[in-house]
Amino acid sequence: MTTQIPDLSEQEQLRYISQQAADARVNVEIETEGMTLNLGPQHPATHGTLRIIAKLDGEQVVAAEPVMGYMHRGYEKLAEVRTYPQVTTLVNRIDWVGSFANETPFILAAEKLMEVEAPPRAQYIRTILHEMSRIANVILGIGDMGVQVGAVTPIFFAFRDREYVLNQIEAVTGGRFHPNFDRIGGLKDDLPAGWIQNTKNAMEKVRDFCDQIEELMYGNEIFQARTRGIGIIPKDVGLAYGLSGVNIRGSGVDWDVRRDNMSPGLVYDQVDWKVWTHPDGDSYSRMWVRLQEVREGTKIVDQLLDQIPSGPIMAKVPRIIKVPAGEAYVETENPLGVMGYYVVSKGDLNPYRVKIRSASFNNVSITPWLLKGVYVPDIITILGSLYFILGDIDR
Amino acid sequence: MSDETAVDTVDEADVVAETDEVREATLASLTDEVGDGIVESHIRPNDDIWVRVSRDAWVDTGMALKSMGFGYFSFLSAIDWMPSPFGRDMDSQVDLTLNPPEDEDDDVVMETGVAGGDTRFQVFARVNDIVNNRAITLKADLPDDDLSIATWIPVYSGANWHEREAAEMFGIDFVGHPNLRNLYLPGAFEGNPMRKDFALLSRRIKPWPGIVDVEPMPGEDEEGEDA
Repeated sequence: MTTQIPDLSEQEQLRYISQQAADARVNVEIETEGMTLNLGPQHPATHGTLRIIAKLDGEQVVAAEPVMGYMHRGYEKLAEVRTYPQVTTLVNRIDWVGSFANETPFILAAEKLMEVEAPPRAQYIRTILHEMSRIANVILGIGDMGVQVGAVTPIFFAFRDREYVLNQIEAVTGGRFHPNFDRIGGLKDDLPAGWIQNTKNAMEKVRDFCDQIEELMYGNEIFQARTRGIGIIPKDVGLAYGLSGVNIRGSGVDWDVRRDNMSPGLVYDQVDWKVWTHPDGDSYSRMWVRLQEVREGTKIVDQLLDQIPSGPIMAKVPRIIKVPAGEAYVETENPLGVMGYYVVSKGDLNPYRVKIRSASFNNVSITPWLLKGVYVPDIITILGSLYFILGDIDR
Repeated sequence: MSDETAVDTVDEADVVAETDEVREATLASLTDEVGDGIVESHIRPNDDIWVRVSRDAWVDTGMALKSMGFGYFSFLSAIDWMPSPFGRDMDSQVDLTLNPPEDEDDDVVMETGVAGGDTRFQVFARVNDIVNNRAITLKADLPDDDLSIATWIPVYSGANWHEREAAEMFGIDFVGHPNLRNLYLPGAFEGNPMRKDFALLSRRIKPWPGIVDVEPMPGEDEEGEDA
């Protein structure tokens, strides 16, 4: 279409054209309408029912607001009307991919209030199971990250190899997902025959998975392009938001509760292992630390399996458990980050108040800050790299 | 990978022996900063430290702690210290037989926990110093007629969601919070579920069977000794 240029002198014509062009340029910058993108509550990238309302300007996120509560089960209130041993059944369902790890800090907090200590054998087995639930959990997170960037194979690898670990957890606890195995003063049962060797074989399989996935996914150009330099969390911001676990170690913070603030009742100090960090703070570094953590976890399990002492698995505790009045906070390094229970007891059968400090709640609270200014496809990879479980946010 | 960093596990023996002094020193330097703001404190040797501050000093204490190196925000929540008005009427017959009420005629007195408390509601929070491995639990009383306290968002950005949760669950107003909408509960929800006088309906409709399933401890006979 030709534009009608009015009958003007050459000079005026040129000025007119440049004016039109200037208007066009301005229009390009101004005429983008804001759009609201509603992600979830049911979306494959949200690991459950996290809903994110993103206000977009073109492809860029102007503001992102997570909406939770679709899975809020009120465990803090329910725990007030359960006896202490019954609470583990509830907290099992907080992070349902690494269930055993949810029980540990609560049991340790109750043990602290009661001044009971589990026998050494129970402490070792407890630590092994805690670490195995980390492996089972994080494997799935790594595989899931593949799906977020468009690679479907890793998730199948993850589901396949996680099963070896779950089989071992099931062999000892009887439950694949909800072991409910930790007891105040020890564990419910001893290990079945042949379990140690089978677990070592499973750990071997997990290490194979790590090697495979490192070449398949982490070395992949597309994976790197989608994660390197995306979603950078500076150290200070991460600390102020209370990020923990891999998400803060991926920002170069060398802090691991297993090493730095290990609660009595676990035996991480008996093995030789190290804490991995990565200085970049982007999506890639979080995923990379996660992979190293699985490897390190298999080493911890292997060493602990060799050292398990013999002896009882249960300390002498009364059958009806009354916890003396007091307050205790115990945190452990769980698959998703630091999880802690602040238990207030008044000397009854039930806890008076249980504050559950779950890792994902803090980890996801950074999303409004983190998603500001990113492009739409990166929302998905950033959420995937933060790796949260909805039950761990909503509790 | 070349950009990896690794640190060996630390030798914790000397750290543990020092912790008590460390906590005393923490308290001393916090007292220097906040002064009269500190109402009460409690140190459990080699374990933990609680400090109760006045409501007005809440933000200042946060600022002081942050400047002292407590840059890591762990959590913030609240406690309702009022004994449940339902008493033990939600307990099952089994539980009442096993654990009979002691002195039911007396008026139930409100007891508060570590580091004391004067009022029904208490806000508490925990911050860590991850460099020196210190942590501190802060508490602040809220007067019964004015359940409000200044927001911690300017100090720790992570307090945002924690305060929203405490606000909807306990009905506490965090003054200065930019967006104190419900976090979990539906918008039109009435009541504050975590208050002790909020009845747990499902429990009242269907009685709880109680401790009927106590399992024998391993190595113990069928009828072991009771507590």
